[in-house]
Amino acid sequence: MRAFSYERAGSPQEAAAAAAAQEGAQFIAGGTNLLDLMKLEIETPSHLIDVNGLGLDTIEATAEGGLRIGALVRNTDLAADQRVRRDYGVLSRALVAGASGQLRNKATTGGNLLQRTRCPYFYDTNMACNKRAPGTGCAAQGGYSRQLAIIGGSEVCIATHPSDMAIAMRVLDAVVETVNAEGDTRAIPLADFHLLPGNTPHIETVLAPDEFITAVVLPRPLGGQHFYHKVRDRASYAFALVSVAAVIQPDGSGRIALGGVAPKPWRNEAAEAAMPNGARAVISRLLEGATPTEDNKFKVTLAERTLTAVLAEARG
Amino acid sequence: MRFDSPAEQNVSDRMKVLGQPLRRIDGPLKTTGMAPYAYERHGVAKDQLVGYPVGSAIAKGRIVSMDIDEAQASPGVVGIVTTLEMERLPKVDWNVAYLFGGREIQHYHQAIAVVVANSFEEARAAAALIRVEYEEDQDATYDLAAVRQERLSDDVEPIDNIGDFESAYASAEVTLDATYTTPGQCHAQMEPHATIAQWDGDHLTLWTSNQMIEWSRQALATTFDLPAENFRLDSPYIGGGFGVKLFLRADAVMAALAARKVGRAVKLALPRPMSANNTTHRGLTIQRIRIGASQEGKITAIGHDNATNTLPGGDGENGARATRRFYAGENRLLINRALEIHLPESNAMRAPGETAGLMALEIAMDEMAEKLGMDPVEFRIINDTQVDPSHPERQFSERHFIECLQRGAEVFNWASRNKAPGSRREGAWLIGHGVAGAYRDAPAETSGARVSVRPDGSIRVETDMTDIGTGSYTIIAQTAAEMMGVSLEVVNVDLGDSRHPVSAGSGGQWGAASSTAGVYAACLALRKKIAERLAVDPEALEFSEGYVRYNDQQTALSELASAGSITAEDSIEFGDFRSEEYQLATFGAHFVEVAVHATTGEIRVRRMLAVCDAGRILNPMTARSQVIGAMTMGVGAALMESLAVDTRHGFFVNHDLAGYEVPVHADIPEQQVIFLEGEDPYSTPLKAKGVGELGICGVSAAVANAVYNATGARVRDYPITLDKFLDRLPEIA
Repeated sequence: MRAFSYERAGSPQEAAAAAAAQEGAQFIAGGTNLLDLMKLEIETPSHLIDVNGLGLDTIEATAEGGLRIGALVRNTDLAADQRVRRDYGVLSRALVAGASGQLRNKATTGGNLLQRTRCPYFYDTNMACNKRAPGTGCAAQGGYSRQLAIIGGSEVCIATHPSDMAIAMRVLDAVVETVNAEGDTRAIPLADFHLLPGNTPHIETVLAPDEFITAVVLPRPLGGQHFYHKVRDRASYAFALVSVAAVIQPDGSGRIALGGVAPKPWRNEAAEAAMPNGARAVISRLLEGATPTEDNKFKVTLAERTLTAVLAEARG
Repeated sequence: MRFDSPAEQNVSDRMKVLGQPLRRIDGPLKTTGMAPYAYERHGVAKDQLVGYPVGSAIAKGRIVSMDIDEAQASPGVVGIVTTLEMERLPKVDWNVAYLFGGREIQHYHQAIAVVVANSFEEARAAAALIRVEYEEDQDATYDLAAVRQERLSDDVEPIDNIGDFESAYASAEVTLDATYTTPGQCHAQMEPHATIAQWDGDHLTLWTSNQMIEWSRQALATTFDLPAENFRLDSPYIGGGFGVKLFLRADAVMAALAARKVGRAVKLALPRPMSANNTTHRGLTIQRIRIGASQEGKITAIGHDNATNTLPGGDGENGARATRRFYAGENRLLINRALEIHLPESNAMRAPGETAGLMALEIAMDEMAEKLGMDPVEFRIINDTQVDPSHPERQFSERHFIECLQRGAEVFNWASRNKAPGSRREGAWLIGHGVAGAYRDAPAETSGARVSVRPDGSIRVETDMTDIGTGSYTIIAQTAAEMMGVSLEVVNVDLGDSRHPVSAGSGGQWGAASSTAGVYAACLALRKKIAERLAVDPEALEFSEGYVRYNDQQTALSELASAGSITAEDSIEFGDFRSEEYQLATFGAHFVEVAVHATTGEIRVRRMLAVCDAGRILNPMTARSQVIGAMTMGVGAALMESLAVDTRHGFFVNHDLAGYEVPVHADIPEQQVIFLEGEDPYSTPLKAKGVGELGICGVSAAVANAVYNATGARVRDYPITLDKFLDRLPEIA
């Protein structure tokens, strides 16, 4: 861990301004990912802006009938919120499928969206990694890639996004709200929030350096049955091999997003049109053009099978 | 005392304290955080500095240059020791890889420097500033399967070549020829390697975490070229070992080197991401097993050809080990190919050899039973042996494997198991049942202790025996309480200090049996001393309730010691009869029920039962804890644990606890453990044997067999993750 300076921000805009004022600054909220990465010198911020005192920790109804979730609402509180449990079950289930109770107590809504990949080569600073050290190469290509992306990656990076929460947010068409140093706000649909690696895998979101997440907004409830089926190598406390977030309507239509397969929550509205034709049809559209490795080609089959299990459960 | 013939009736047979399910005497200290582990011993040495290690970024080659200027100038840095400052330090044979010194790199994350600073954070930050230039060897090889393939025609001296295996196999009525693989496994013990080192002239004290105090003292003498007497180790509490703390390791060497350089006490722990590649692992194996049997199920030929990785000078994981003595069969060909691969050091991990070997053999037995159309319990019973199959003149001292199987089958309700693979379903889940046998040798090693009666009537036991979470404190206290006729509460046990008599230490499942026998010997010596004082024949003395009773008289122990503690010391040595005339071993049977999701392949273990035959059980509660811990580790080995090899760079990629998954609570169901009543007078005066390693033997195969039974998909490559059988699950619509 490198030495860093530290400040507590007084307001969201001040936090954004502080980030603009100093190169190498980063926000810190729960710190459940950032601190680990700093200890390993994967992240080396010169300045930390502590945003924990900003409030932003309430969940409020919106005029449109949805929910505005403050960026600093802890994962535990979000999962337990009665309105979330009633109207957005997929989100509550995704949250409790992630991490451990202790981590969820600290982890925030905004921070969860910004967590970094768990690619083992990203974590080992002796190894080439374009995401950690742009231009050095990708040791994961041709290496141990069982956990890594089968779609959406590029020659230079096949990392996955590790979040469970974000997969559910994507199915719900959540919108990320931000503020910048000038006080300008914007609303970014989650679909557009994460970037695919292309040739710049170190740039993971559309956020500007001085842009701070203030809230995540959920549109009106969708109704239907909510599922989050996370498949992993042990029963708890592990990252997904494949996860399926789904909202299934009584008429058989619905929404599907996949976790564990791509650098971002993986959803394609066009694929959902194939819902009446079953899981295989949906997944073949959703994972069209996938380029898995020998290590992780099973994820295509697993996605198909996991969605099958979800649809079977929906039928009851 | 020497243990030269089977134990007869003796004081320990009272079983008033021994044999009772007593809670750990060190439990309250541990559960309240009051038991100091090595890295937390802030009070033992003044002005402790903190060391942080640097590991090699390459697997094989040499260091060309190392630039430490920036690190040296970093805030708080007091000193840096680099491997280039010295020749390669000598090692003892127990260690396969060298621990420090010189340019040569033998494995990834080999220790190459240690930075000493005022704080942990400063040391860690500075360590990241050391720049190293390497020259990598181009001829290094990291792929066990490829090397095995190349060297299959090598002439290897078999471990056993009895009868004529090839002919017997060729003419057998029913045969199996299958190859199984087990991956490298990480000990993943909770407490990392950690040491505080302080020199006083040429005398060194290490407060450390080590299973074998005397081995490490001898290793330090070799490494630093000083008499063993110059070294003191103290290791009272150890947060897990499983074999990874059997030997002197780089944490202790670096702390010692750093402390010498800066002239102050230095503490150092191996960071978790460095543990897997810097220390040791259970070697990978590729095991070809061939079994031939008659239609009636009698094994006539058994062949086990094990290949495993090792650095030069090691044995790797000898999977053929257990096959030597587990089942009958007149024609036997057992081979271990320890192949030089430049991965980190493979070395002992809980039940080395038997664990990986039985993971394979006990699937093979299941496959054979199926080919024969037999109940796998019955097939194992038919092939039980009461003599060492490789030396039929040697009997097993005690062997109740059949009873383990039969008792287990009854308690588990094996008769109602799913009999046709893939045919039992409960909702979305396929249900399956599996059985496997367990075998582990029961060695014993010389072990000493010092026992005192103190003026307050309490008993103190001192030995360098260690407690690695196993319950040594408690069973040693029970032994002393039994022998001296006092209650457990007045026994004080001090362990892990090299100033105490040398014990057997914790390893190879010999610790419990050996160390309690050593305490028994010391207690007998103390009783004799007391008898001499009282001028009474020791046989006439009765020790109970804190009194010595003799000739209608009684004296309180406190009175006897009122003028000062009475102390005696002795050691138990085991005669050759124990290892040469008889084969001593422990046995078990594991029964497992699993559910496998018919669509996704997710596996959930639902029930586990182990029935163990391990002589007299000294404490059923601590013994049970050992076995359920081992069963849990076996579930990990079966379903998830695997050190992923990068065959290009020669290292284990998933080198932290996020990447190397071990079972969590949600993976483990109700576990039942049954110990057969019994004692083994050939083992020790206490008639006890170890159980800590027995529990892991065979359990993974029971899980594997249950998964097969549930799904009909046989997986021969561990761990059994869903990707290996997904395409063999029922078709989806």
